[in-house]
Amino acid sequence: MFYFTLNRLLQSIPVLLIVITATFFLVRAAPGGPFSAEKNVPPEVVRALEAQYNLDQSIWQQYTSYIGDLLHGDFGPSFRYPGRTVNELIAAGLPVTGELALYAMLLAVLIGASAGIYAGLRPNSLHDYLPMSISMVGICIPSFLMGPLLVLFFGIYMEWLPISGWGSSPGDKILPTLTLGLGYAAFIARLSRGGILEVMTKDYIRTAKAKGLPVKVIVLKHALRGGLIPVVAFLGPAFAGLLSGSFVVETIFQIPGLGRFYVQAAFNRDYTMILGTTIFFATLIILFNLLSDVIAVWLDPKLRQQYRSDK
Amino acid sequence: MFGFIMYDEIKFKRRQLNFLLIILFLSLIVGCGKGQNNVTTGNLTGILHWGNGTDPQELDPHIVTGIPEHHILSALLEGLVAKDPKTLEPIPAVAKEWSISKDKKTYTFKIRESALWSNGDTLTAHDFVWSWWRALQPKLGNQYAYMLFPIENSENYAKGKISDFSLVGVKALDDLTLQVKLSNPTPYFLQLLDHYSMYPLHKATIEKFGKAHERGTLWTRPGNFIGNGPFILKEWRLFKSIDVIKNPIYWDAKKVKLNGIRFHPIENVTTEERMFRFGQLHKTSSIPIDKVKTYKKNKPGLLKIHPYLGNYFYRFNTTVTHLSDKRVRRALAMSINRKELTERVTKGDESPAYTFTPPGTLGYFAKDGFSFNPSLAKNLMSEAGYPAGKGFPVTELLYNTSEGHRKIAVAIQQMWKKHLGINIVLVNQDWKVYLDSVNTGNYAIARAGWIGDYIDPNTFLDMWVSDGGNNRTGWSNSHYDDLISKQAPISSSKSERYRIMAEAEAILLNNMPVIPIYIYNSKSLVHPSVKGLEPNILNYVLYKNIFLDPVTANQGVE
Repeated sequence: MFYFTLNRLLQSIPVLLIVITATFFLVRAAPGGPFSAEKNVPPEVVRALEAQYNLDQSIWQQYTSYIGDLLHGDFGPSFRYPGRTVNELIAAGLPVTGELALYAMLLAVLIGASAGIYAGLRPNSLHDYLPMSISMVGICIPSFLMGPLLVLFFGIYMEWLPISGWGSSPGDKILPTLTLGLGYAAFIARLSRGGILEVMTKDYIRTAKAKGLPVKVIVLKHALRGGLIPVVAFLGPAFAGLLSGSFVVETIFQIPGLGRFYVQAAFNRDYTMILGTTIFFATLIILFNLLSDVIAVWLDPKLRQQYRSDK
Repeated sequence: MFGFIMYDEIKFKRRQLNFLLIILFLSLIVGCGKGQNNVTTGNLTGILHWGNGTDPQELDPHIVTGIPEHHILSALLEGLVAKDPKTLEPIPAVAKEWSISKDKKTYTFKIRESALWSNGDTLTAHDFVWSWWRALQPKLGNQYAYMLFPIENSENYAKGKISDFSLVGVKALDDLTLQVKLSNPTPYFLQLLDHYSMYPLHKATIEKFGKAHERGTLWTRPGNFIGNGPFILKEWRLFKSIDVIKNPIYWDAKKVKLNGIRFHPIENVTTEERMFRFGQLHKTSSIPIDKVKTYKKNKPGLLKIHPYLGNYFYRFNTTVTHLSDKRVRRALAMSINRKELTERVTKGDESPAYTFTPPGTLGYFAKDGFSFNPSLAKNLMSEAGYPAGKGFPVTELLYNTSEGHRKIAVAIQQMWKKHLGINIVLVNQDWKVYLDSVNTGNYAIARAGWIGDYIDPNTFLDMWVSDGGNNRTGWSNSHYDDLISKQAPISSSKSERYRIMAEAEAILLNNMPVIPIYIYNSKSLVHPSVKGLEPNILNYVLYKNIFLDPVTANQGVE
């Protein structure tokens, strides 16, 4: 297990380096610079600004000094927010986005897995079709539609819940969590239904049934472990996706999170901010993928076996 | 049998418990939703909740460029003069009075003794000299340095042509007297003094946190920021809100009625409108176009629409062969039905534009340069060699990606097809790519907008001089250049100056390197409890005049 993890960690270094290099050169290749504006910026001002941010150096010099700073954990100053460093901006947005993603993930697993298991144990009945149809609808409704619909109903018509903000009034975290989590819940429902359905046909389940074990025990002790492997494999990338993809929800609900300024940075050609957030998210995605692989190996004896024989 | 009953009972109890829990949960969230909102609490505590558009980039007036920053800074700092929000004429602020020399080139300001910095330091004329020196530092990269350029030698200094600041026309004659010398009589000079690039800054604070020309030091953070305005920076929650509270030692503190303002940065207008409806904002910065009709019908009292000092227009790249013919450009301008466009497409009560300078710029009115006249347009096209659009190359119309611009472009594309028989292809680009295309002349026709920096025709006309940085059309006209750059600045009277401006504008409209389309409107939602907010074409706000009237607090939004 240790070697497996170490091996995967080492593999991720070249991946990160490629991400950094590609992003670094791509943002600079994109037309339109960080200082262009509708009102013409005089050339002498542009020169002064470029000098302040080392953009007057050769691109190779810029690249090496960026990598140098990066090794010290310094993402550099933001171009768009001159008084802030990228580290500071990420530090400000991450707790918010992280909290939102965590709640959404918990909600998704709770609703998704229970609906999926419930349906998977009653295949091809109304108890299967109903939750699965709902989840299909859930997958199809994008968050930019789901959000406003929830806001309209719970916020504006019923006046039950605040419609914007994060932690500024009680209950304002509920709607964003629902908006972000429900789509993922639908995915998880379908994945866990499929997983359970497949596992329930396995020999060891038949054996358990033959032994006369109660259904509850069969499901909880024997079926879940195998049935949820596809869900676990999905969770890692999904969590990274929740973190980096919360842009829409953050915009709808006016949440000061990371997803929002990731997208804004690209529009603003805020080079350092684009790079910083990309590297940050790439690292997260690699880590979460690794984590879900490790858990999958731990859950699935066959994979463990395979890995041992590979070694 | 007994066992079954037991089981059912337990099941029943458990259901009851579940039901109770759900009710409890629902009542909890219902309880937090109702009653408590920013507007009602703000009305009681005197805190104004202000929808402020995009996130402020910074709070350093020599670095920022946007309107959201302007709103916050005008609460924290104050220039020599302010504007009357009704008439937009200059009124005393830090300067209690001023005199203008006969040749209109020397201004002498008397600074009021009671003007203080928020840390208690007295504000002197030297503070202005130092702040303007900083604003002009070439290394700082101040994008609004040009606001100071009417001052003698300031442009040369900012561009590094001279390095001796004593040659720049600003001097502190004594602690309370500031003398400013201009290169030309500039009738709108007093207006510029109210722009944030001309505000005084606290030297000791800036120098405490870094060099004067250093960008992004910590002096603008709450606790560090020292200002001289009616409010003090209290808290800056990144991407969430900026709080300012009343400054008790502001010279006119008696007049300030608000206890504070919370600026909410909200990029998305739809979110902003919902927040307003939910009572989270007293005022929005804008309103989604598709909501205008609903508000007009159901809650007209909340919707504030008034003309704005800006216009929507299309640029021609006059270096493109078939667009280098002014007859073609005029024909294109004449075949847009602006009335229909503003009534059916933009739908925000915008007024159609037949001049480039919006009307109402302190007494300047340009003559309409053309009208909607499809038959004349057809004739012009025939003269230019494109009868009924035959032989006219397929031309690209570029706009920055936005649903609003797309709708307008589609409508105009159809009008040109219908009236002139020409084919236009719509191209949209992301904002920065679009800017790059327009700046490098990589376009044929491009959408544009312009907001005046100050109320004077000059801010709309000086951009079209040959090789002006904002021209970007390739058009140049030596007579026009002469009128704008040489004659107007030295003209002796206002009427003479306006006559020259009007003559220049007539040349511009006759040559039509740009097609004016409509005059911008400012559209926002304002809660009825907000008083003292005057509509004006600059969207100029004097926060010390605003107050909240709790009597009307409960009317309105519902």
